[in-house]
Amino acid sequence: MVQRRKKLARGVAMIGAGMSHFGAFKEKDSRDLFVEAFQSTLETVQKGIDPREIEAIYVGNLSSDCFEGQAHIAPLMAEWVGLNPRPATRTEDACASSGVALREGIIAVASGLYDIVLVSGVEVMNKLTTARVTDTLAAAADALYEVSVGATFPSLYAQIATAHMVKYGTTEEQFMKIAIKNHDNGALNPKAHFNVSIRDIMNSRLAKAKERGQPIPSWTDEMEFLKDPTANPMVAWPMKLFDCSPITDGAACAILVSEEIARNFTDTLIQIIGTGQASDAQALHGRKDITSLNAAKFAAEQAYEMAGVTPGDIQLAEVHDCFTIAEVLATEDLGFFKPGEGAKAAEEGRTARDGKKPVNPSGGLKAKGHPVGATGVGQVVEIWEQMSGHAGPRQVPGVNLALTHNVGASGSTVVVHIFERR
Amino acid sequence: MEEKEFTAASFYRFLDRKKLMGSKCKECETLFLPPRPFCGQCSGNEVEWFQFSGRGKLVSFSVVRVGTTSYEEKGYSRDNPYCWGVVQLDEGPRISALLLGADLSRPDSIKTGQPLKVVFPDKPEEGGERNPVTFRVR
Repeated sequence: MVQRRKKLARGVAMIGAGMSHFGAFKEKDSRDLFVEAFQSTLETVQKGIDPREIEAIYVGNLSSDCFEGQAHIAPLMAEWVGLNPRPATRTEDACASSGVALREGIIAVASGLYDIVLVSGVEVMNKLTTARVTDTLAAAADALYEVSVGATFPSLYAQIATAHMVKYGTTEEQFMKIAIKNHDNGALNPKAHFNVSIRDIMNSRLAKAKERGQPIPSWTDEMEFLKDPTANPMVAWPMKLFDCSPITDGAACAILVSEEIARNFTDTLIQIIGTGQASDAQALHGRKDITSLNAAKFAAEQAYEMAGVTPGDIQLAEVHDCFTIAEVLATEDLGFFKPGEGAKAAEEGRTARDGKKPVNPSGGLKAKGHPVGATGVGQVVEIWEQMSGHAGPRQVPGVNLALTHNVGASGSTVVVHIFERR
Repeated sequence: MEEKEFTAASFYRFLDRKKLMGSKCKECETLFLPPRPFCGQCSGNEVEWFQFSGRGKLVSFSVVRVGTTSYEEKGYSRDNPYCWGVVQLDEGPRISALLLGADLSRPDSIKTGQPLKVVFPDKPEEGGERNPVTFRVR
């Protein structure tokens, strides 16, 4: 098959991005968090914007239907931020829903149909019990042939982890190191669901045990804490509680404009120079190899080619660490490290904030939180803050080229985007 | 047998009759498990039923301690986990299956590559849930 090199018909820039606090908010619904994200986004536009200039809105959301009993959420979100009667479209590709919303917004602006669009995502998950959340998420796998044998999302990624461990010798300790790294980053992110390091979680449990006169656990560091099954219980072997991202409520937005008008809104031009999306078999058993995500490799290839850059050029990445093993796969599939070397690279600190290839400086899905439909644009918010120099204590200096990697389900959708500061 | 449509309903009805059935493309001979009516390999419209031997090996697995509501209702729990895995059939295709006969208290003892055989649990009562695809350690 002869393929022409794909490119956007015109340049697309991001002029602002913001998010709600991520967390478990019993008294907030989607519309409340969406408004918070929208207001926060408007504040980031350097020269200001009249929201009525926005011409269309794209909303990523996995299952407000099951989570909140609310379908048809896009026009509702538009209504609450005063954007009716503009077209409002929901995108659903599991946990990649808002990565896809971002891509649809890019395509719409690049086509010339619109000059200014809002791309966003929202999910409120904590209205349901953990068991019902497990069921709702599992519906994003193959309901007829995976959920039927008891598949849950932790156990789907556990299959991938098991296969990766067998093929490459990846260890449970290496997964723990990734959780520690992402919590260390999340501790510096005031909007993170877990704005706290694992060491601090450990210390507060020790203090609590002491205060209550209970036996005091013997943990002396995070690794001992994570290896203790009473502190870090097994969810689906080999994935333990601290390998899993939390059940999070949150919303995130970004404003995209055509390149030619971007300077009207900001002096810091952040252009989206690469976009890629791919699909794969819904069920793990439909794939020849489960130690990597083919869709991630295809999506990355498209994005790199469009951007004219290589994995080595990327200075910072926000990747889809719904489980610690998923971050390992991401850094391999994106070409940052060779297959089988992602976990080792993380263990050596190469993906830490001060490492050669900072990955998930926001805290990632693990610590920042994973409101599934909002995650893709949530990643973009971190790119915005890092590139515009607003990342505070977690700022990585001089980021001019960055990437986001957003996965739907166990890898049947993957979206990759590349951003350049000009 | 040939009259049955290549659907999940047919697949599970065969399973109740102790047959692991997939489909085979009449054009390019690609095997599909579970069955499909259309060949995604060669875009062929003509497929036929194919009975699998039910012998295969373990590709990967997980021991689940926090299950779906449906599995918790079957009595599985943190203290009574279940195991499911990806199985590669001798004929090539893979399928997800509930795994019996492994020592779930020691997941380290479960080895990928180990030989498995399909088993057919008794059919639940009329109108009950479909039996899942189930394999046992050989």
